[in-house]
Amino acid sequence: METLRFNFSGGQRRLDGARLVGVVGSGNLEVLIEQRPLNGGCEVEISTAAHGFGPIWEAVVRDFHQRWQLADVHVAINDMGATPAVVSLRLDQAAESITGDVK
Amino acid sequence: MSSYQEATARQRIAGMLDPGSFDEFLPPQMRVVSPHLPQLDAPVSFDDGVAVGRGTMDGRWVFIAAQEGGFMGGAVGEVHGAKLAGMLRRAIDENPDAVLLLLETGGVRLHEANAGLIAVSEVMRAVMDVRAAGIPVISLVGGSNGCFGGMGIVARCTNGVVISEESRLAMSGPEVIETAGGVEEFDARDRALVWRVTGGKHRYLIGDAQAIVADDIGAFRAAALQLADAARGRGSELTLEALEAEQRMLTSRIDRFGGCEDPLEIWEALGIEDPHGVPLLETDAFRELADGHREGAAA
Repeated sequence: METLRFNFSGGQRRLDGARLVGVVGSGNLEVLIEQRPLNGGCEVEISTAAHGFGPIWEAVVRDFHQRWQLADVHVAINDMGATPAVVSLRLDQAAESITGDVK
Repeated sequence: MSSYQEATARQRIAGMLDPGSFDEFLPPQMRVVSPHLPQLDAPVSFDDGVAVGRGTMDGRWVFIAAQEGGFMGGAVGEVHGAKLAGMLRRAIDENPDAVLLLLETGGVRLHEANAGLIAVSEVMRAVMDVRAAGIPVISLVGGSNGCFGGMGIVARCTNGVVISEESRLAMSGPEVIETAGGVEEFDARDRALVWRVTGGKHRYLIGDAQAIVADDIGAFRAAALQLADAARGRGSELTLEALEAEQRMLTSRIDRFGGCEDPLEIWEALGIEDPHGVPLLETDAFRELADGHREGAAA
């Protein structure tokens, strides 16, 4: 397993509680999104079975942060080799399920 | 119609309980994950593949568990099993109207085999204790992975099993039988054979399942409530009398069908005129046919 951690700042959107979406299966992942005091930051922590894809993860989660502008939010991912498109989909699902907002 | 088979464990719970009433024990944000999988460099899941908790269902107070078939086939590891057993034991303390087990599993998680085996035996004991406390336990088997291994036994330790034709219930899975007994014994790639032997229709016909429903969350919900209410009415505890009746049923089953090579022969022996037509019937038509011929299901 490889662990990756990315931090973003500048978001304004705050949320309450926690949600889990997705399932840890082949080519799939689970995303646990929760409110956490992070000085306004958004932290994404990834545990993935596929090694060596750090730059792609960074691009995908950076896009996610730009879309949602979350603040004081922690996102934890358990991944089993999901493609970037599936990761983006699950991240949006997580944000939609907790904000009730569909982008 | 909302497919039970296609839904995740959490979607199934949401479809069973009254909206917003689910109160989860050890929710994913508590991160109670498998201690064994990281040692094998395998991915964990924040809920270890099972959600457990309590909620309301048409005014009834129920405890509920749902296994996630997408995570390691729903297999039971140490934490997963402890969550199931813990939920059942807590049910004895809080005395709900019923406990529902939404099972989808290949059985014990071989990565943590000993801990998983112990966990499954603890779940069996806990199911019996819940029943002895007067609380009915109902199993729902509707996932594409079916319900196999030790959890197949757990399903049959409950007061009743609700199954769909698409799902399966057995002890050893087809691949296991083929590996142990050879392809002449069982061809695991013959999907029609696999479903004839392990599928919902056969389980209903020989009395291993007490209700068969279409692949629909609402249908599972209604059948589970019906079985729970009926079990509560006649007493949920496993009595010596019920155990002896079950033993007589199994003895007569092996006497009557022990020589059969294929479920088709069993269905014919049950008096079904066109056994080859059974797999093609829609659920309602099948139930109508089956109810005139199926083995009396002792609870």
